Amino acid sequence: MEQKKSLGRIFMNGILTENPTFRLVLGCCPTMAVTTSAINGAGMGLAATFVLLFSNMVISAMRKVIPDKVRIPSFIVIICTFVTIVQLVLQAYVPSLYDSLGVFIPLIVVNCIILGRAEAFASKNPVVDSAVDGLGMGLGFTLSLTLIGCIRELIGSGSIFGIDLLGAAYQPMLLCILPAGGFLIFGLLLGIINFVGSRRRKAA
Amino acid sequence: MSLILSTAPHIRTPHSTQRLMGNVLISLLPCVAAGIYFFGWAAALVLAVSTASAVLAEFVWQKLTHKTVRINDLSAAVTGLLIGLVVTPKAPWWMVMIASFFAIIIVKQLFGGLGDNFLNPALTARAVLLASWPAIMTTHVTPVDAVTSATPLAGYSATTMDLLLGKVPGAIGETCKIAILIGLAYLLITRTIRWEIPVFVVGSAAVMSLLLGMDVLTTVLSGGLLFGAVYMATDYVTSPMKRWSTLVYSIGVGVMIVLIRKFGAYPEGVTYAIMLMNICAPLFDRMFPDRKLYGHKKEAKA
Repeated sequence: MEQKKSLGRIFMNGILTENPTFRLVLGCCPTMAVTTSAINGAGMGLAATFVLLFSNMVISAMRKVIPDKVRIPSFIVIICTFVTIVQLVLQAYVPSLYDSLGVFIPLIVVNCIILGRAEAFASKNPVVDSAVDGLGMGLGFTLSLTLIGCIRELIGSGSIFGIDLLGAAYQPMLLCILPAGGFLIFGLLLGIINFVGSRRRKAA
Repeated sequence: MSLILSTAPHIRTPHSTQRLMGNVLISLLPCVAAGIYFFGWAAALVLAVSTASAVLAEFVWQKLTHKTVRINDLSAAVTGLLIGLVVTPKAPWWMVMIASFFAIIIVKQLFGGLGDNFLNPALTARAVLLASWPAIMTTHVTPVDAVTSATPLAGYSATTMDLLLGKVPGAIGETCKIAILIGLAYLLITRTIRWEIPVFVVGSAAVMSLLLGMDVLTTVLSGGLLFGAVYMATDYVTSPMKRWSTLVYSIGVGVMIVLIRKFGAYPEGVTYAIMLMNICAPLFDRMFPDRKLYGHKKEAKA
């Protein structure tokens, strides 16, 4: 069944149907922690996408070699490799992003989206499908984080991607860039998306 | 005459939501008057905006979600007025409006409306303002001569008489202790609230401050302790339902207030202390056994 899905379906699955943040509610820790600004959200998302894409590909390629009993440690070792690459690259070329993401870059290793896709998809599907799945899931994660980041940055600092939008007279609502505001906005977005989803299902 | 068949209970108390909330509104009048007297018309404007926008938010939300519009039960008006009374008179109108909308829509209606909110809406709104615009919220005006300064809790010296009358900087409704006590008396006489919560909150705070070597009278009379104990901690929805759990809850509030004031990063802890205990209230209720109805006692199993 899974193999017969078209690549387009697999790709869109990660972005819409099974969006890791809003539909599966996975990877909430980085979602809450780094989305204080749009650029941090996007950076975190892209870093995770890179790891997801390559770990899915490698795990899929090795799926017949890895013994079932030690698959989780093997997945983790593969994921760690790519996380280390991401970490060193970010540190070398975008030190400001590296500083603001801080400990959450090494923590991509334990991001449940990545291990989840390795276990649920890459270990059962061919390389190309797994690559598309990783890309779709990663971009779904990136889009969600960027969306939350934009909203939090707009209300909490009056800007998006560092560009001042609301003028000097705007008194930023600091709550939105504090953890409490993160939970509130995440919860409200989840609620809105579920509401729209249930309406559509009723209409269909 | 029509014959009405219904299940128990058949006897109704006169204590409808509207009546209880009306009593709370009446009891708040001394505080409102004192606030306007000490802080001028700016305070009146804040109170008007907060009350009107809370009622408006309730009306609009219930219209939009096709629910029965229940602004007549006055609970939104009480929430709005309480929000106005716990912000600084300097608060700009938009800030007060956001607070009221937040309290009614996010804290109350999204969780199911009156009776289902797990936090006190007015207090949560204050916490939101405190977290969002700390600079505005902690700028207090000294009444009468309108000089900006910190609250007594942050190094402002005031005599006990000043504290009692309300000639100290602070939020609109919390400074005049006499007005709060008049309100409390009204609430107790009309049996709108039970005496346990205010008494045990203030009592445990006093004992706690004595143990920590702080001045008891200043502790009790400064900041929002009295206002919180009378109007915020006694909220029906967010306080426990049983007698013993109410006791634990009230003592918890009093102790937390003093602990936050003494050891916390903020000079004032009433808001967070009550919110913390609001969250714990259902747990306190579960700690104690249900009251046995009809005098029936379960036999202990051998």
